[in-house]
Amino acid sequence: MTSAVQPQDATSSGPPGGSDPAPIVGQIEEADARRHLRSRIVFALTWAFVIGGLIIALAYSGAIDLSFLQQGPPWWRFILEGAWLTVIISVAAILLAIVFALLGAIGRLSASAPIYALASLYVSLVRGTPLLVQILFIWLALPQIWNGFGTIDALIMGTFALAFNYGAYMTEIFRAGIQAVPRGQREAAAALGMSERRTFLRIVLPQAFRIVIPAIGNEFIAMIKDTSLLTVIGVQELLWRARTVGSSNFRMLETLLLAALVYWVLTIIFSLAQERLERRMARSDR
Amino acid sequence: MVALGEVILQAQGIEKYFGATHVLRGIDLAVRQHETVVLIGRSGSGKTTFLRCLNFLEEPTFGRVTLGDVTVEADPFRISGRSRKGPIRHMRTHVGMLFQEFNLFPHMTVLENCIEAPMHVKGVSRDEAVATAEMFLEKVHLTDKRDEHPARMSGGQKQRAAIARALCMEPQVLLFDEPTSALDPELIGEVIVVMEQLAHEGSTMIVVSHEMAFAREAADRVLYLEDGAVVEEGPPEQVLDAPQEESTKLFLRRFLSEAERPAQTGLRDGEPWSRASVEAMGHHGHGEAGRP
Repeated sequence: MTSAVQPQDATSSGPPGGSDPAPIVGQIEEADARRHLRSRIVFALTWAFVIGGLIIALAYSGAIDLSFLQQGPPWWRFILEGAWLTVIISVAAILLAIVFALLGAIGRLSASAPIYALASLYVSLVRGTPLLVQILFIWLALPQIWNGFGTIDALIMGTFALAFNYGAYMTEIFRAGIQAVPRGQREAAAALGMSERRTFLRIVLPQAFRIVIPAIGNEFIAMIKDTSLLTVIGVQELLWRARTVGSSNFRMLETLLLAALVYWVLTIIFSLAQERLERRMARSDR
Repeated sequence: MVALGEVILQAQGIEKYFGATHVLRGIDLAVRQHETVVLIGRSGSGKTTFLRCLNFLEEPTFGRVTLGDVTVEADPFRISGRSRKGPIRHMRTHVGMLFQEFNLFPHMTVLENCIEAPMHVKGVSRDEAVATAEMFLEKVHLTDKRDEHPARMSGGQKQRAAIARALCMEPQVLLFDEPTSALDPELIGEVIVVMEQLAHEGSTMIVVSHEMAFAREAADRVLYLEDGAVVEEGPPEQVLDAPQEESTKLFLRRFLSEAERPAQTGLRDGEPWSRASVEAMGHHGHGEAGRP
């Protein structure tokens, strides 16, 4: 440590005639790196300590018995396979929600009074009622209006309900993103004679998308967790499977813990992916 | 300098209200082919608003603009709906515009910026659009920035790329809205050089600028605007060096004295000509940079 402090290379390695700041800069960087590493180690230790403590406490309490998970199909696999459905529903619902949000945002920015009114009604209605009510309404109440709705799979109706709901929240995200594109961009396109539609599709929308991608990522992560609400209409996603296995074996603690753990891991994975994507976008051309 | 041709762009009785504020009080301007017109005046005099009225980025409250044989009337009550869209787009297709903030499309490379409108507005083939773009990029000395994104370029390079983008539409008239105001002083010269070259080659240009040296060098006509009206107009040597109107004299006197102050006192917040003084200072550097 002390040897690094000696500025022994200050004269020998510097360019002739100029003073070389490299040794002190290197020392500062090293110190920063050490501090950074230390805080990461403390972070990991804290997590390991708390989580390990909880696991040990649970194990010693005798309340936990994981052996039944080996029985059946086996059950642990049955539950984990629900995670696939959770991810698939999340992806499908977020993609559909993006379509709703885009239409909603265009409506909210429209100069046409009825279109603006319709888009605003959509946002107000959906944001003003609970998601659980919307899911139950679409699954249970719509067939009362038209029988045909009753023949549609719960998976599809549930995915639609999630997309419809998230589309309304994301409408405001997209609207803000579109408005965040500087006015000069639109003016430059207009001054080149580009039509309004072309300006929107080629100039405004690509820039707006970049602006809203972090927010879409957050919505996606929230969506992963909200798919669990579809358990009430019998979609066999992660939580439904955990509850079913848990109640038939009278072991809710283990199955709900497992489900919670899987949700947690999924959100961590997608958070990291989102961070990566954002970093890459920041590097690409800004 | 190329001899002036027929009147190509004509604005008649342009008036503009922002709310109750009467920012343009009836401006007439007829620009002839190959002519370079420079608009000067304090900020708030309406020169930028007037320029933006010429391609309807700003809707004039009264008046009409004629380009060639197409005339678009002001539509204060917005009663004509969609019927004006066609003529306005026709005008914009044939009138290029340069902005203070360049307004390049940041998600596209320089080349993509240049070929977007020719391909999708004029319907030119991609090969032809690329060939045209390369020609104009060479003209503004940006051939090596062809595949660069605007974020990685200096302000001067961005404005030159914007000029190339406008030229790619082969416009009949070019509008410049304070094209050097957002530039660091040392970058102003490279843009002015390109603009002077365009003027000498016979481009028809309407320029809002505080670059007095450019006006002297390239303008056929200088208009001094105050409170939304043209107070004085004429050849640059007359308006800039021997102004007849008291207000023109006052503006030029204050403008030039500001410009000659040392840098640290040049900028005074709240002074309408504070930015002008900064630009003018930057321009001394340009004079030494040499011209083509």
